[in-house]
Amino acid sequence: MNEVLEQKINTDYKYGFVTDIDADNAPKGLNENIIRFISAKKNEPEWMLAYRLKAFRHWLTMEEPDWAHIHYKKPDFQDIIYYSAPKPKKVLNSLDEVDPELLKTFEKLGISVKEQERLSGVESRVAIDVIVDSVSVKTTFKETLAEKGIIFCSLGEAIQEHPALVRKYMSSVVPSSDNFFAALNSAVFTDGSFCYIPKGVRCPMELSTYFRIEAAGTGQFERTLIIAEEDSHVSYLEGCTAPMRDENQLHAAVVELVAHKNAQIKYSTVQNWYQGDKEGKGGVFNFVTKRGICLEENAKISWTQVETGSAITWKYPSVILKGDKSVGEFYSVAVTNNYQQADTGTKMIHIGKDTKSTIISKGVSAGFSNNSYRGLVRISKGADNARNFSQCDSLLMGDQCGAHTFPYIEIKNNTAIVEHEATTSKIGEDQLFYCKQRGIDNEKAISLIVNGYCKDVLSQLPMEFAVEAQKLLEVSLEGSVG
Amino acid sequence: MLTIKNLHASIDGKEILKGINLEINVGEVHAIMGPNGSGKSTLAAVLAGRSEYEVTQGEVLYNGKNLLELEAEDRAREGIFLAFQYPIEIPGVSNINFLKTAISEIRAYKGLEQMTAKDFLTMLKEKQELVEIDRTLISRSINEGFSGGEKKRNEIFQMAMLEPKLSILDETDSGLDIDALRIVANGVNKLKSDENATIIITHYQRLLDYIVPDFVHVLYNGQIVKSGSKDLALELEENGYDYIKAELEA
Repeated sequence: MNEVLEQKINTDYKYGFVTDIDADNAPKGLNENIIRFISAKKNEPEWMLAYRLKAFRHWLTMEEPDWAHIHYKKPDFQDIIYYSAPKPKKVLNSLDEVDPELLKTFEKLGISVKEQERLSGVESRVAIDVIVDSVSVKTTFKETLAEKGIIFCSLGEAIQEHPALVRKYMSSVVPSSDNFFAALNSAVFTDGSFCYIPKGVRCPMELSTYFRIEAAGTGQFERTLIIAEEDSHVSYLEGCTAPMRDENQLHAAVVELVAHKNAQIKYSTVQNWYQGDKEGKGGVFNFVTKRGICLEENAKISWTQVETGSAITWKYPSVILKGDKSVGEFYSVAVTNNYQQADTGTKMIHIGKDTKSTIISKGVSAGFSNNSYRGLVRISKGADNARNFSQCDSLLMGDQCGAHTFPYIEIKNNTAIVEHEATTSKIGEDQLFYCKQRGIDNEKAISLIVNGYCKDVLSQLPMEFAVEAQKLLEVSLEGSVG
Repeated sequence: MLTIKNLHASIDGKEILKGINLEINVGEVHAIMGPNGSGKSTLAAVLAGRSEYEVTQGEVLYNGKNLLELEAEDRAREGIFLAFQYPIEIPGVSNINFLKTAISEIRAYKGLEQMTAKDFLTMLKEKQELVEIDRTLISRSINEGFSGGEKKRNEIFQMAMLEPKLSILDETDSGLDIDALRIVANGVNKLKSDENATIIITHYQRLLDYIVPDFVHVLYNGQIVKSGSKDLALELEENGYDYIKAELEA
């Protein structure tokens, strides 16, 4: 009797569709049908669809937040396409099937998608999950990693192959009701990376995901979940690019990190979404919720980010220091030029005993841009002997740009030691002339000075990407002198 | 090597250099002395190419080229070096990285092959010993936390590394104690050769005891009012600048 009923219900759901399931793109707009369309496209189990719908219904009750130090025309959420598959189709068996344009993009970024490639003569392999327009295109080194019990695949695949793990951890760090964009993401996320490191395993290579937004008018809603079991280590890198377009594109991702006892997760991001043209037209809206939890004793989570792109960057990679002796770190370089705006920072929530957090934030503003650091250090009542060190520096290039700092410190335990330092500086004429008098021209001098300024953060990046990040800084500040 | 003809320069509308004439040949050391406000540092800044100063008249030829038409960085690449009176700090940029970048730019400008890392390090060690500068200073950020004396010595170290054709030392002796003065002077003397020239800008005779000039010029009120041999410096030391003023008024 139950079976028949279930079948009936399932059939009813199917009839609910208005759209053609074989289409590659969902039509514009957001409603329950679109969500069912996305879930069906991905062949998801019941519980996943239920999760999405719950999040969507909650999202409908929420209001878009307004408190950031940024000005933008609010996106029309009904004017966005929430699902778009790139051509050719999803599952690719060899690199030959990948769009050569895409391969060229990665080459330009200096990242090798070919497994055999060597980096400067040393055999250095980076496992890469390639995600284009919300769909995972290829994941390299999967088999090699699988030998160690490491799971590195797209989230979509993980939902199929490892549902128990996904159900256990997804939303455990960022509940779908957490904020407006997290709720939206929970409803319409299409893909992202899933990473699971079993107990005692040190992941032998960098894991990396490259995100690229190809299609116009689409929103990118990735969801990444990384789980590090007891005594495990993993270093993960996320890179992002998007082609230049006149209209704004929305990127609202959610990243969750879970670190068990003695585990270490290092998460690095080099973000270069299209930042809009010199007049501030177009560009990606990068609204991201990233959070890690040091679940148990002695766990460690480090966030390192180099943000140079996006018209608007709005994100606060945070760490919840639940386990005793756990450690949270946040290293950030945020560059804004022309009309870009950034409101970024971190939240370090100290809950366990003897916890430690370090925040080093370097903002560089040029042109007519605005760059804000917003940080929270919260020491809860039971967080005995907590330690925090924060350093927020701003570098202004020119006199039309802005740099702002909004540090929040909430301490409910009087054994805490919290240090906060902030500096604001300008690239002085004298410094530039000093360089010139040694034969170094303006552009190069600025690059030298800015790189020196960001050294503490850049040195946290995995070696393979430190060079790229430096080049990116140079490019982002091109023409900022004058 | 350097010919300055009737050079007039102003800053913020105020004329500081009022017709400088000077001829410098390779292998020569010229000292330029004068009271405060006479225009000594302005002359150095104008030669180096500081854009705040406006050249209103005159010309400067450097190895046959019109120096005033060149950008500051190109003047440096052509071999002009200014040892700053107040060397600036650049946090986060190591001395080594800075010099490597500078040498790289200069060589590229000249169409020369780049230096290998090995050769660079060898040169670094050689020059560091030559000018007696501490190894630890070199690996730090440019002038960051350096004492006054250390900054001046760093200028000479950079001079040693960049091997300029024309060095302008702008009051390099100011703020130096006797020992530091001796070391800086030693460094400059070792770098002197038949293929380069040095302009020493100073108030005092003291430095010129160590770096013996071929010519001494007195700059007063924006003009070179008297030139002579090294004995002129001794005269100034004895009589002060007032006697020059008196001479002019007579």
